[in-house]
Amino acid sequence: MNRNTWQKVRFYMVSCLIAVIVMIPFLWMVSTSFKSKGALMALPIQWIPEKPTTAAYEKVFSRFPFLRAIFNSLFITVSYTVITVLSASMAAFAFTKIKFPGADMILKLYLASMMIPTQVTLIPLFVIMNHLKLINTYPSVILPAMFRPFGIFMLVQQMRSVPDDFIEAARIDGAGMFRIFRTVILPLCSSAIATLTITTFMEGWNDYLWPLLMLTDKNKMTLTLALNSLNGQYGTEYNVLMAGSLISMIPIIIVYICAQKNFKQGIMAGGVKA
Amino acid sequence: MSKRKKRQALLQSVPFMLPSFTGMLVFSLLPILISVLISLTDWNGLDKLNPETLSQHFVGLQNYAKILTTSEFWQVLGHTLYYIVLYIPLVFVASLGIAVILNKNMRGITVFRVMYYIPVLTSWVAASLIWKWVLSPQYGIFNQFLSYIGIRGPSWLTSEIWAMPAIVLASVWKDMGFFGLFLLSGLKMIDMSYYEAARVDGAGKTKQFFSITLPLLTPSIFFCLIMSLINAFQLFPQVMIMTEGGPNGATQVMVERIYTYGFKYFKMGYASAYSWLLFIIIFVLTILQMKGQKGWVHYES
Repeated sequence: MNRNTWQKVRFYMVSCLIAVIVMIPFLWMVSTSFKSKGALMALPIQWIPEKPTTAAYEKVFSRFPFLRAIFNSLFITVSYTVITVLSASMAAFAFTKIKFPGADMILKLYLASMMIPTQVTLIPLFVIMNHLKLINTYPSVILPAMFRPFGIFMLVQQMRSVPDDFIEAARIDGAGMFRIFRTVILPLCSSAIATLTITTFMEGWNDYLWPLLMLTDKNKMTLTLALNSLNGQYGTEYNVLMAGSLISMIPIIIVYICAQKNFKQGIMAGGVKA
Repeated sequence: MSKRKKRQALLQSVPFMLPSFTGMLVFSLLPILISVLISLTDWNGLDKLNPETLSQHFVGLQNYAKILTTSEFWQVLGHTLYYIVLYIPLVFVASLGIAVILNKNMRGITVFRVMYYIPVLTSWVAASLIWKWVLSPQYGIFNQFLSYIGIRGPSWLTSEIWAMPAIVLASVWKDMGFFGLFLLSGLKMIDMSYYEAARVDGAGKTKQFFSITLPLLTPSIFFCLIMSLINAFQLFPQVMIMTEGGPNGATQVMVERIYTYGFKYFKMGYASAYSWLLFIIIFVLTILQMKGQKGWVHYES
Protein backbone atom coordinates (compact mmCIF):
# COMPACT_ATOMS: atom_id res chain seq x y z
CA MET A 1 0.00 0.00 0.00
CA ASN A 2 1.45 3.41 -0.82
CA ARG A 3 1.62 6.21 1.62
CA ASN A 4 -1.35 8.13 0.30
CA THR A 5 -3.77 5.24 0.53
CA TRP A 6 -2.57 4.45 4.03
CA GLN A 7 -3.24 8.04 5.06
CA LYS A 8 -6.75 7.84 3.63
CA VAL A 9 -7.48 4.59 5.43
CA ARG A 10 -6.25 6.05 8.70
CA PHE A 11 -8.34 9.18 8.22
CA TYR A 12 -11.54 7.26 7.58
CA MET A 13 -10.87 4.90 10.47
CA VAL A 14 -10.45 7.73 12.98
CA SER A 15 -13.30 9.85 11.66
CA CYS A 16 -15.66 6.88 11.61
CA LEU A 17 -14.64 5.93 15.15
CA ILE A 18 -15.54 9.42 16.39
CA ALA A 19 -18.76 9.29 14.39
CA VAL A 20 -19.67 6.00 16.05
CA ILE A 21 -19.01 7.41 19.53
CA VAL A 22 -21.12 10.46 18.71
CA MET A 23 -23.95 8.52 17.10
CA ILE A 24 -24.34 5.50 19.41
CA PRO A 25 -26.48 7.30 22.00
CA PHE A 26 -28.75 8.51 19.19
CA LEU A 27 -29.04 5.04 17.67
CA TRP A 28 -29.85 3.72 21.12
CA MET A 29 -32.53 6.39 21.38
CA VAL A 30 -34.06 5.38 18.03
CA SER A 31 -33.93 1.69 18.90
CA THR A 32 -35.50 2.27 22.31
CA SER A 33 -38.30 4.39 20.89
CA PHE A 34 -39.55 1.39 18.88
CA LYS A 35 -39.59 -0.97 21.84
CA SER A 36 -42.55 -2.06 23.88
CA LYS A 37 -42.56 -1.36 27.61
CA GLY A 38 -41.63 -4.97 28.33
CA ALA A 39 -38.70 -5.04 25.88
CA LEU A 40 -37.07 -2.13 27.74
CA MET A 41 -36.09 -4.35 30.64
CA ALA A 42 -35.34 -7.46 28.61
CA LEU A 43 -31.95 -8.98 29.30
CA PRO A 44 -29.74 -9.48 27.41
CA ILE A 45 -30.18 -6.03 25.88
CA GLN A 46 -31.96 -5.97 22.52
CA TRP A 47 -29.84 -3.76 20.28
CA ILE A 48 -32.53 -3.91 17.64
CA PRO A 49 -36.05 -4.37 19.02
CA GLU A 50 -37.24 -7.91 18.34
CA LYS A 51 -40.84 -6.81 17.94
CA PRO A 52 -40.70 -3.18 16.82
CA THR A 53 -43.80 -1.16 17.71
CA THR A 54 -44.89 2.45 17.41
CA ALA A 55 -46.74 2.26 20.73
CA ALA A 56 -44.34 4.74 22.34
CA TYR A 57 -45.06 7.37 19.67
CA GLU A 58 -48.80 6.92 20.11
CA LYS A 59 -48.36 7.33 23.87
CA VAL A 60 -46.37 10.54 23.46
CA PHE A 61 -49.19 12.13 21.51
CA SER A 62 -52.05 10.73 23.56
CA ARG A 63 -50.62 11.51 27.00
CA PHE A 64 -49.43 14.99 26.28
CA PRO A 65 -50.56 17.72 23.85
CA PHE A 66 -47.35 17.07 21.94
CA LEU A 67 -48.58 18.43 18.60
CA ARG A 68 -49.50 21.58 20.43
CA ALA A 69 -45.99 21.67 21.93
CA ILE A 70 -44.46 21.39 18.46
CA PHE A 71 -46.58 24.33 17.33
CA ASN A 72 -45.69 26.33 20.47
CA SER A 73 -41.98 25.71 19.95
CA LEU A 74 -42.14 26.74 16.31
CA PHE A 75 -44.20 29.84 16.98
CA ILE A 76 -42.10 30.98 19.92
CA THR A 77 -38.75 30.25 18.29
CA VAL A 78 -39.61 31.92 14.99
CA SER A 79 -40.98 35.04 16.71
CA TYR A 80 -38.00 35.12 19.06
CA THR A 81 -35.58 34.87 16.14
CA VAL A 82 -37.34 37.49 13.99
CA ILE A 83 -37.45 39.98 16.86
CA THR A 84 -33.81 39.35 17.79
CA VAL A 85 -32.56 39.85 14.24
CA LEU A 86 -34.73 42.91 13.55
CA SER A 87 -33.99 44.66 16.81
CA ALA A 88 -30.26 43.86 16.67
CA SER A 89 -29.79 44.91 13.05
CA MET A 90 -31.71 48.15 13.59
CA ALA A 91 -29.63 49.00 16.64
CA ALA A 92 -26.38 48.08 14.90
CA PHE A 93 -27.36 50.31 11.97
CA ALA A 94 -28.01 53.26 14.26
CA PHE A 95 -24.73 52.69 16.12
CA THR A 96 -22.55 52.40 13.03
CA LYS A 97 -24.20 54.45 10.32
CA ILE A 98 -26.31 57.17 11.93
CA LYS A 99 -23.72 57.80 14.64
CA PHE A 100 -26.07 59.82 16.79
CA PRO A 101 -24.61 61.75 19.73
CA GLY A 102 -24.12 59.39 22.68
CA ALA A 103 -23.94 56.31 20.45
CA ASP A 104 -20.56 55.20 21.83
CA MET A 105 -21.74 55.48 25.40
CA ILE A 106 -24.92 53.50 24.82
CA LEU A 107 -23.01 50.84 22.89
CA LYS A 108 -20.64 50.49 25.84
CA LEU A 109 -23.60 50.15 28.18
CA TYR A 110 -25.06 47.43 25.94
CA LEU A 111 -21.77 45.55 25.88
CA ALA A 112 -21.29 45.87 29.63
CA SER A 113 -24.65 44.20 30.17
CA MET A 114 -23.28 41.09 28.44
CA MET A 115 -21.15 40.47 31.51
CA ILE A 116 -24.15 39.97 33.76
CA PRO A 117 -25.11 36.30 33.71
CA THR A 118 -28.80 35.67 32.99
CA GLN A 119 -29.22 33.99 36.37
CA VAL A 120 -28.85 37.39 38.08
CA THR A 121 -31.95 38.78 36.42
CA LEU A 122 -34.03 35.60 36.78
CA ILE A 123 -35.93 36.59 39.92
CA PRO A 124 -36.60 40.26 39.09
CA LEU A 125 -37.62 39.33 35.54
CA PHE A 126 -40.04 36.84 37.00
CA VAL A 127 -41.46 39.61 39.19
CA ILE A 128 -41.71 41.99 36.22
CA MET A 129 -43.43 39.40 34.01
CA ASN A 130 -45.81 38.62 36.86
CA HIS A 131 -46.54 42.33 37.28
CA LEU A 132 -47.21 42.68 33.53
CA LYS A 133 -49.51 39.62 33.80
CA LEU A 134 -47.49 37.86 31.11
CA ILE A 135 -46.80 34.55 32.87
CA ASN A 136 -48.12 31.63 30.82
CA THR A 137 -48.26 33.72 27.67
CA TYR A 138 -46.07 33.56 24.58
CA PRO A 139 -44.79 37.15 24.95
CA SER A 140 -43.15 36.25 28.28
CA VAL A 141 -40.59 34.13 26.42
CA ILE A 142 -40.56 36.12 23.17
CA LEU A 143 -40.20 39.73 24.34
CA PRO A 144 -36.74 39.39 25.95
CA ALA A 145 -35.51 38.97 22.33
CA MET A 146 -35.79 42.77 22.01
CA PHE A 147 -32.48 43.14 23.77
CA ARG A 148 -29.81 40.62 22.82
CA PRO A 149 -26.45 42.37 23.16
CA PHE A 150 -24.54 39.48 21.62
CA GLY A 151 -26.42 39.86 18.34
CA ILE A 152 -26.01 43.62 18.38
CA PHE A 153 -22.27 43.26 18.99
CA MET A 154 -21.93 40.77 16.13
CA LEU A 155 -23.78 42.97 13.63
CA VAL A 156 -21.97 46.13 14.74
CA GLN A 157 -18.69 44.41 13.86
CA GLN A 158 -20.08 43.48 10.46
CA MET A 159 -21.69 46.84 9.63
CA ARG A 160 -18.52 48.73 10.50
CA SER A 161 -16.96 47.16 7.42
CA VAL A 162 -19.61 48.64 5.09
CA PRO A 163 -18.11 51.84 3.64
CA ASP A 164 -19.90 55.06 4.61
CA ASP A 165 -19.77 56.13 0.94
CA PHE A 166 -22.53 53.64 0.14
CA ILE A 167 -24.79 55.37 2.63
CA GLU A 168 -23.87 58.82 1.36
CA ALA A 169 -24.52 57.80 -2.24
CA ALA A 170 -27.94 56.41 -1.36
CA ARG A 171 -28.74 59.53 0.64
CA ILE A 172 -27.84 61.79 -2.27
CA ASP A 173 -30.19 59.69 -4.39
CA GLY A 174 -32.87 60.76 -1.95
CA ALA A 175 -33.28 57.50 -0.02
CA GLY A 176 -34.59 57.76 3.54
CA MET A 177 -32.97 55.98 6.45
CA PHE A 178 -35.37 53.05 6.38
CA ARG A 179 -34.79 52.52 2.70
CA ILE A 180 -31.03 52.63 3.14
CA PHE A 181 -31.35 50.12 5.97
CA ARG A 182 -33.50 47.77 3.92
CA THR A 183 -31.88 48.02 0.51
CA VAL A 184 -28.23 48.73 1.28
CA ILE A 185 -27.28 47.51 4.74
CA LEU A 186 -29.33 44.34 5.13
CA PRO A 187 -28.23 42.75 1.83
CA LEU A 188 -24.58 43.65 2.47
CA CYS A 189 -24.68 42.00 5.89
CA SER A 190 -26.68 38.98 4.80
CA SER A 191 -24.09 36.38 5.83
CA ALA A 192 -23.74 37.79 9.35
CA ILE A 193 -27.51 38.00 9.61
CA ALA A 194 -27.84 34.39 8.46
CA THR A 195 -25.37 33.31 11.15
CA LEU A 196 -27.21 35.28 13.81
CA THR A 197 -30.52 33.83 12.63
CA ILE A 198 -29.46 30.23 12.95
CA THR A 199 -27.65 30.61 16.28
CA THR A 200 -30.66 32.45 17.71
CA PHE A 201 -33.02 29.82 16.35
CA MET A 202 -30.99 27.07 18.00
CA GLU A 203 -30.88 28.89 21.30
CA GLY A 204 -34.57 29.66 21.24
CA TRP A 205 -35.51 26.12 20.27
CA ASN A 206 -33.43 24.53 23.04
CA ASP A 207 -34.00 27.11 25.76
CA TYR A 208 -34.91 25.54 29.07
CA LEU A 209 -34.68 27.54 32.28
CA TRP A 210 -36.60 30.69 31.32
CA PRO A 211 -39.52 28.89 29.62
CA LEU A 212 -39.59 26.50 32.59
CA LEU A 213 -40.31 29.46 34.86
CA MET A 214 -42.72 31.20 32.50
CA LEU A 215 -44.83 28.46 30.90
CA THR A 216 -46.47 26.10 33.37
CA ASP A 217 -49.72 25.58 31.47
CA LYS A 218 -49.61 22.30 29.50
CA ASN A 219 -51.05 23.96 26.43
CA LYS A 220 -48.40 26.68 26.37
CA MET A 221 -45.35 24.45 26.86
CA THR A 222 -42.56 24.21 24.31
CA LEU A 223 -41.06 20.89 23.23
CA THR A 224 -38.23 20.99 25.75
CA LEU A 225 -40.75 21.63 28.52
CA ALA A 226 -43.02 18.90 27.19
CA LEU A 227 -40.10 16.47 27.39
CA ASN A 228 -39.26 17.72 30.84
CA SER A 229 -42.79 17.12 32.02
CA LEU A 230 -42.95 13.68 30.37
CA ASN A 231 -39.79 12.89 32.31
CA GLY A 232 -41.49 13.97 35.51
CA GLN A 233 -44.57 11.82 34.87
CA TYR A 234 -43.24 8.75 33.12
CA GLY A 235 -39.64 8.83 34.35
CA THR A 236 -39.04 5.12 33.80
CA GLU A 237 -40.82 4.59 30.48
CA TYR A 238 -37.79 5.28 28.39
CA ASN A 239 -39.44 4.19 25.14
CA VAL A 240 -41.87 7.11 25.52
CA LEU A 241 -39.11 9.54 26.57
CA MET A 242 -36.88 8.49 23.66
CA ALA A 243 -39.73 8.83 21.17
CA GLY A 244 -40.36 12.36 22.48
CA SER A 245 -36.65 13.22 22.35
CA LEU A 246 -36.40 12.04 18.76
CA ILE A 247 -39.39 14.12 17.70
CA SER A 248 -37.98 17.20 19.43
CA MET A 249 -34.68 16.86 17.54
CA ILE A 250 -35.97 16.50 14.00
CA PRO A 251 -36.89 20.15 13.23
CA ILE A 252 -33.61 21.62 14.45
CA ILE A 253 -31.56 19.10 12.47
CA ILE A 254 -33.52 19.90 9.32
CA VAL A 255 -32.92 23.62 9.87
CA TYR A 256 -29.22 23.01 10.40
CA ILE A 257 -28.76 20.87 7.30
CA CYS A 258 -30.62 23.44 5.17
CA ALA A 259 -28.67 26.31 6.70
CA GLN A 260 -25.40 24.54 5.87
CA LYS A 261 -26.04 25.44 2.22
CA ASN A 262 -27.22 28.94 3.10
CA PHE A 263 -24.04 29.59 5.02
CA LYS A 264 -21.90 28.83 2.01
CA GLN A 265 -24.15 30.87 -0.28
CA GLY A 266 -24.09 33.75 2.16
CA ILE A 267 -20.32 33.75 2.27
CA MET A 268 -20.06 33.49 -1.50
CA ALA A 269 -22.62 36.25 -2.06
CA GLY A 270 -20.68 38.46 0.34
CA GLY A 271 -17.51 37.77 -1.62
CA VAL A 272 -19.07 38.71 -4.94
CA LYS A 273 -20.51 41.94 -3.60
CA ALA A 274 -17.29 43.02 -1.93
CA MET B 1 -20.97 67.95 13.32
CA SER B 2 -23.19 71.00 13.43
CA LYS B 3 -25.89 71.31 16.04
CA ARG B 4 -28.64 70.90 13.46
CA LYS B 5 -27.03 67.76 12.05
CA LYS B 6 -26.63 66.33 15.53
CA ARG B 7 -30.28 66.84 16.27
CA GLN B 8 -31.21 65.32 12.95
CA ALA B 9 -29.06 62.24 13.64
CA LEU B 10 -30.61 61.86 17.05
CA LEU B 11 -34.11 62.01 15.61
CA GLN B 12 -33.24 59.58 12.85
CA SER B 13 -31.80 57.08 15.31
CA VAL B 14 -34.85 57.00 17.60
CA PRO B 15 -36.96 54.50 15.61
CA PHE B 16 -33.94 52.25 15.10
CA MET B 17 -32.89 52.29 18.73
CA LEU B 18 -36.36 52.04 20.23
CA PRO B 19 -36.79 48.21 20.38
CA SER B 20 -33.36 47.41 21.78
CA PHE B 21 -33.31 50.37 24.15
CA THR B 22 -36.74 49.57 25.59
CA GLY B 23 -35.69 45.95 25.89
CA MET B 24 -32.48 46.95 27.62
CA LEU B 25 -34.33 49.08 30.19
CA VAL B 26 -37.11 46.59 30.95
CA PHE B 27 -35.36 43.24 30.58
CA SER B 28 -31.81 44.07 31.63
CA LEU B 29 -31.09 47.32 33.48
CA LEU B 30 -34.20 47.39 35.66
CA PRO B 31 -33.94 43.70 36.64
CA ILE B 32 -30.26 44.14 37.45
CA LEU B 33 -31.02 47.03 39.80
CA ILE B 34 -33.93 45.17 41.41
CA SER B 35 -31.74 42.10 41.81
CA VAL B 36 -29.19 44.09 43.83
CA LEU B 37 -31.96 45.36 46.09
CA ILE B 38 -33.58 41.94 46.55
CA SER B 39 -30.21 40.42 47.46
CA LEU B 40 -30.12 42.78 50.45
CA THR B 41 -33.46 41.54 51.81
CA ASP B 42 -35.06 38.35 53.09
CA TRP B 43 -38.04 38.85 50.78
CA ASN B 44 -40.02 35.60 50.41
CA GLY B 45 -41.51 36.21 46.99
CA LEU B 46 -45.07 36.30 48.33
CA ASP B 47 -45.56 39.89 49.52
CA LYS B 48 -46.00 42.35 46.69
CA LEU B 49 -42.64 43.77 45.69
CA ASN B 50 -42.45 47.52 46.28
CA PRO B 51 -40.04 49.89 48.04
CA GLU B 52 -41.93 49.45 51.31
CA THR B 53 -41.68 45.65 51.26
CA LEU B 54 -38.02 45.90 50.40
CA SER B 55 -37.27 48.21 53.31
CA GLN B 56 -39.29 46.04 55.70
CA HIS B 57 -37.29 42.99 54.71
CA PHE B 58 -33.93 44.76 54.53
CA VAL B 59 -31.14 42.70 56.06
CA GLY B 60 -28.04 44.35 54.61
CA LEU B 61 -25.26 42.03 53.59
CA GLN B 62 -26.49 39.17 55.76
CA ASN B 63 -27.37 36.92 52.81
CA TYR B 64 -23.87 37.20 51.41
CA ALA B 65 -22.30 36.61 54.80
CA LYS B 66 -24.53 33.59 55.38
CA ILE B 67 -23.75 32.02 52.01
CA LEU B 68 -20.02 32.48 52.42
CA THR B 69 -20.00 30.99 55.91
CA THR B 70 -22.13 27.91 55.19
CA SER B 71 -20.25 24.82 54.19
CA GLU B 72 -22.80 24.28 51.42
CA PHE B 73 -21.44 27.09 49.25
CA TRP B 74 -17.92 25.69 49.40
CA GLN B 75 -19.19 22.20 48.68
CA VAL B 76 -21.05 23.55 45.66
CA LEU B 77 -17.84 25.22 44.47
CA GLY B 78 -16.05 21.94 45.11
CA HIS B 79 -18.54 20.08 42.89
CA THR B 80 -17.99 22.62 40.13
CA LEU B 81 -14.23 22.21 40.52
CA TYR B 82 -14.60 18.43 40.32
CA TYR B 83 -16.57 18.92 37.12
CA ILE B 84 -13.95 21.30 35.67
CA VAL B 85 -11.00 19.04 36.46
CA LEU B 86 -12.63 16.14 34.63
CA TYR B 87 -14.40 18.06 31.89
CA ILE B 88 -11.74 20.45 30.57
CA PRO B 89 -8.97 17.95 29.69
CA LEU B 90 -11.47 15.53 28.15
CA VAL B 91 -13.34 18.09 26.07
CA PHE B 92 -10.05 19.68 25.02
CA VAL B 93 -8.53 16.45 23.69
CA ALA B 94 -11.81 15.42 22.02
CA SER B 95 -12.42 18.74 20.31
CA LEU B 96 -8.81 19.11 19.20
CA GLY B 97 -9.09 15.65 17.64
CA ILE B 98 -12.27 16.66 15.85
CA ALA B 99 -10.71 19.90 14.61
CA VAL B 100 -7.62 18.12 13.23
CA ILE B 101 -9.77 15.48 11.50
CA LEU B 102 -12.13 18.05 9.95
CA ASN B 103 -9.20 20.12 8.74
CA LYS B 104 -8.27 17.40 6.22
CA ASN B 105 -9.58 17.80 2.70
CA MET B 106 -11.10 14.39 2.25
CA ARG B 107 -14.24 13.21 0.52
CA GLY B 108 -17.27 13.09 2.74
CA ILE B 109 -15.89 15.60 5.25
CA THR B 110 -19.19 17.53 5.28
CA VAL B 111 -21.06 14.44 6.41
CA PHE B 112 -18.69 14.02 9.34
CA ARG B 113 -18.92 17.71 10.19
CA VAL B 114 -22.71 17.57 10.32
CA MET B 115 -22.62 14.35 12.35
CA TYR B 116 -20.18 15.69 14.95
CA TYR B 117 -22.40 18.73 15.35
CA ILE B 118 -25.66 16.88 15.99
CA PRO B 119 -25.13 16.63 19.77
CA VAL B 120 -24.61 20.42 19.85
CA LEU B 121 -27.95 20.90 18.12
CA THR B 122 -29.76 18.62 20.54
CA SER B 123 -31.48 20.33 23.44
CA TRP B 124 -30.02 19.58 26.86
CA VAL B 125 -33.34 18.12 27.92
CA ALA B 126 -33.28 15.50 25.15
CA ALA B 127 -29.54 14.88 25.59
CA SER B 128 -29.92 14.40 29.35
CA LEU B 129 -32.77 11.93 28.88
CA ILE B 130 -30.74 9.98 26.32
CA TRP B 131 -27.73 9.83 28.66
CA LYS B 132 -29.84 8.90 31.65
CA TRP B 133 -30.96 5.88 29.68
CA VAL B 134 -27.51 5.14 28.21
CA LEU B 135 -26.10 5.16 31.74
CA SER B 136 -28.86 3.05 33.26
CA PRO B 137 -26.90 0.57 35.41
CA GLN B 138 -28.69 -2.60 34.27
CA TYR B 139 -30.40 -1.83 31.00
CA GLY B 140 -28.15 0.90 29.58
CA ILE B 141 -25.59 0.36 26.84
CA PHE B 142 -22.70 2.06 28.61
CA ASN B 143 -22.33 -0.55 31.29
CA GLN B 144 -23.01 -3.17 28.64
CA PHE B 145 -19.93 -2.00 26.73
CA LEU B 146 -17.92 -1.93 29.95
CA SER B 147 -18.95 -5.51 30.66
CA TYR B 148 -17.48 -6.57 27.30
CA ILE B 149 -14.05 -5.51 28.53
CA GLY B 150 -14.66 -7.10 31.90
CA ILE B 151 -15.56 -4.01 33.94
CA ARG B 152 -18.64 -3.95 36.12
CA GLY B 153 -19.99 -0.43 35.64
CA PRO B 154 -21.24 1.53 38.65
CA SER B 155 -24.82 2.71 39.05
CA TRP B 156 -23.74 6.06 37.69
CA LEU B 157 -26.42 8.57 38.59
CA THR B 158 -27.27 7.19 42.02
CA SER B 159 -23.69 7.00 43.24
CA GLU B 160 -22.22 9.99 45.05
CA ILE B 161 -18.82 9.37 43.48
CA TRP B 162 -19.92 8.59 39.94
CA ALA B 163 -22.83 11.04 39.39
CA MET B 164 -20.58 13.98 38.53
CA PRO B 165 -18.35 11.98 36.15
CA ALA B 166 -21.55 10.83 34.44
CA ILE B 167 -22.60 14.44 33.94
CA VAL B 168 -19.10 15.22 32.65
CA LEU B 169 -19.35 12.36 30.16
CA ALA B 170 -22.65 13.64 28.78
CA SER B 171 -21.30 17.21 28.66
CA VAL B 172 -18.13 16.25 26.80
CA TRP B 173 -20.18 14.30 24.30
CA LYS B 174 -22.51 17.26 23.79
CA ASP B 175 -19.90 20.05 23.68
CA MET B 176 -16.97 18.52 21.77
CA GLY B 177 -18.51 19.29 18.38
CA PHE B 178 -18.96 22.95 19.32
CA PHE B 179 -15.39 23.47 20.51
CA GLY B 180 -14.17 21.24 17.68
CA LEU B 181 -15.65 23.51 15.06
CA PHE B 182 -14.36 26.56 16.88
CA LEU B 183 -10.82 25.18 16.96
CA LEU B 184 -11.23 24.20 13.31
CA SER B 185 -11.74 27.84 12.32
CA GLY B 186 -8.53 28.59 14.24
CA LEU B 187 -6.68 25.86 12.36
CA LYS B 188 -7.87 27.21 9.02
CA MET B 189 -6.26 30.56 9.78
CA ILE B 190 -2.78 29.09 10.17
CA ASP B 191 -0.61 29.99 7.21
CA MET B 192 0.31 26.85 5.23
CA SER B 193 3.77 28.25 4.43
CA TYR B 194 4.88 27.46 7.99
CA TYR B 195 4.31 23.79 7.31
CA GLU B 196 6.14 23.93 4.02
CA ALA B 197 9.13 25.57 5.68
CA ALA B 198 9.07 22.91 8.39
CA ARG B 199 8.90 20.14 5.80
CA VAL B 200 11.93 21.58 4.01
CA ASP B 201 13.74 21.57 7.35
CA GLY B 202 12.81 17.90 7.69
CA ALA B 203 10.36 18.16 10.62
CA GLY B 204 7.97 15.20 10.90
CA LYS B 205 4.21 15.38 11.34
CA THR B 206 4.34 15.06 15.11
CA LYS B 207 7.01 17.72 15.41
CA GLN B 208 4.98 20.00 13.12
CA PHE B 209 1.90 19.53 15.30
CA PHE B 210 3.66 20.40 18.53
CA SER B 211 5.86 23.23 17.26
CA ILE B 212 3.54 24.91 14.72
CA THR B 213 -0.09 23.88 15.12
CA LEU B 214 -0.40 23.96 18.90
CA PRO B 215 1.44 27.26 19.52
CA LEU B 216 -0.40 29.04 16.72
CA LEU B 217 -3.69 27.66 17.98
CA THR B 218 -3.17 28.91 21.54
CA PRO B 219 -5.40 31.98 21.06
CA SER B 220 -8.36 29.80 20.08
CA ILE B 221 -7.51 27.32 22.81
CA PHE B 222 -7.38 30.11 25.36
CA PHE B 223 -10.77 31.37 24.25
CA CYS B 224 -12.25 27.85 24.47
CA LEU B 225 -10.77 27.42 27.92
CA ILE B 226 -12.34 30.60 29.27
CA MET B 227 -15.66 29.86 27.60
CA SER B 228 -15.80 26.36 29.00
CA LEU B 229 -14.88 27.67 32.45
CA ILE B 230 -17.72 30.20 32.33
CA ASN B 231 -20.07 27.47 31.11
CA ALA B 232 -18.93 25.17 33.89
CA PHE B 233 -20.08 27.66 36.50
CA GLN B 234 -23.45 27.91 34.75
CA LEU B 235 -23.99 24.15 34.63
CA PHE B 236 -27.71 23.57 34.95
CA PRO B 237 -30.09 21.64 32.66
CA GLN B 238 -28.10 18.40 32.63
CA VAL B 239 -27.93 18.46 36.44
CA MET B 240 -31.62 19.27 36.76
CA ILE B 241 -32.72 16.38 34.56
CA MET B 242 -30.09 13.75 35.25
CA THR B 243 -29.74 14.04 39.04
CA GLU B 244 -31.65 17.09 40.38
CA GLY B 245 -28.58 17.85 42.47
CA GLY B 246 -28.49 14.41 44.04
CA PRO B 247 -27.62 11.82 45.14
CA ASN B 248 -27.34 13.28 48.59
CA GLY B 249 -26.41 16.70 47.17
CA ALA B 250 -23.33 15.36 45.34
CA THR B 251 -24.12 17.27 42.13
CA GLN B 252 -25.47 20.50 43.59
CA VAL B 253 -24.05 23.41 41.58
CA MET B 254 -24.54 27.17 41.63
CA VAL B 255 -27.37 27.68 39.16
CA GLU B 256 -29.19 24.66 40.56
CA ARG B 257 -28.92 26.27 44.01
CA ILE B 258 -30.20 29.62 42.69
CA TYR B 259 -33.16 27.87 41.09
CA THR B 260 -33.89 25.77 44.16
CA TYR B 261 -33.63 28.61 46.67
CA GLY B 262 -35.55 31.04 44.47
CA PHE B 263 -38.30 28.94 42.99
CA LYS B 264 -38.68 26.00 45.37
CA TYR B 265 -38.03 27.57 48.79
CA PHE B 266 -38.93 31.15 47.72
CA LYS B 267 -35.89 32.55 49.51
CA MET B 268 -35.58 35.25 46.88
CA GLY B 269 -33.01 37.36 48.74
CA TYR B 270 -30.75 34.41 49.40
CA ALA B 271 -31.03 33.23 45.78
CA SER B 272 -30.28 36.72 44.46
CA ALA B 273 -27.19 37.00 46.63
CA TYR B 274 -26.11 33.61 45.27
CA SER B 275 -26.53 34.90 41.74
CA TRP B 276 -24.36 37.94 42.46
CA LEU B 277 -21.61 35.69 43.79
CA LEU B 278 -21.89 33.79 40.52
CA PHE B 279 -21.57 37.10 38.72
CA ILE B 280 -18.33 37.91 40.55
CA ILE B 281 -16.81 34.58 39.49
CA ILE B 282 -17.87 35.06 35.86
CA PHE B 283 -16.75 38.68 35.92
CA VAL B 284 -13.22 37.70 36.95
CA LEU B 285 -13.12 35.08 34.20
CA THR B 286 -14.38 37.61 31.63
CA ILE B 287 -11.71 40.12 32.63
CA LEU B 288 -9.09 37.40 32.19
CA GLN B 289 -10.53 36.67 28.78
CA MET B 290 -10.45 40.30 27.67
CA LYS B 291 -6.89 40.71 28.91
CA GLY B 292 -5.89 37.63 26.98
CA GLN B 293 -7.88 38.69 23.95
CA LYS B 294 -5.85 41.86 23.51
CA GLY B 295 -2.89 39.79 22.50
CA TRP B 296 -4.62 38.05 19.63
CA VAL B 297 -7.96 39.32 18.42
CA HIS B 298 -7.30 41.40 15.37
CA TYR B 299 -10.10 43.82 14.56
CA GLU B 300 -10.07 45.44 11.15
CA SER B 301 -10.53 49.14 11.62
